[in-house]
Amino acid sequence: MRLVLIGLVAGLFSALFGVGGGILIVPLLILATEIPQRCATGTSLAAIGITALAGTILYALEGSVDVDVGYAALVGLPAAAGAVAGTTVQQRLPVRTLSLGFAALLVGVAIWLLLP
Amino acid sequence: MSASTVAVALLLGFAAGLLAGLFGVGGGILFVPALLGLGLGQLDAEATSLLAILPTVVAGTWQQRRYGNVRWRAALLVGSASIVGVQAGVLIATSLSEGVLRRLFAVLMLGVAAYLAWRARHPTPYAAEA
Repeated sequence: MRLVLIGLVAGLFSALFGVGGGILIVPLLILATEIPQRCATGTSLAAIGITALAGTILYALEGSVDVDVGYAALVGLPAAAGAVAGTTVQQRLPVRTLSLGFAALLVGVAIWLLLP
Repeated sequence: MSASTVAVALLLGFAAGLLAGLFGVGGGILFVPALLGLGLGQLDAEATSLLAILPTVVAGTWQQRRYGNVRWRAALLVGSASIVGVQAGVLIATSLSEGVLRRLFAVLMLGVAAYLAWRARHPTPYAAEA
């Protein structure tokens, strides 16, 4: 039942913002279920596969919205390489510095979005 | 589309994947602004981002599966239930104006930035292995 609720919330969040929803699913799995921390990310990724597929199909069926396959490949394929690189080399990277760096990057992009 | 725009999109794509691999945060948070930079509207960028997420999560799940870190039954339950939420999300997103949606997305980015900064100060075991 808790898993169903997590799915409902994550799905809404995912389609509304065009994101996977892992930022919600991972902590909710850890807090609300007996799934151990080390399994939460992997389980979240597998769930997001279904969520993102459903979102893509439903948006594509929505006449007014375009799903651009070429652009999706342009950012999605390097990201797949980045994901593999990230999991492989994380033991050797200063994760703390990196997360602060990413936080700064996100703040910068958010400001760019908020500018008129 | 200029060569430098493509280069920035490729770089942001790779950074999004790194973010996903390191922190278990989906790449969408960077896909959407990258696609906006390529000239898509907010709603088209969000829909396209969902498609771009697929190769990332397939690669990520593949990696995690090798370590036995995927609970398939739970993933299937969460994923199936999410489809109902997705339908509601699509309805809400298409009924909002692009400007409002864009500002909401910027607020979400600031929230994720705060989360990452918090994680940097409070390292958890799962931060080290996510």
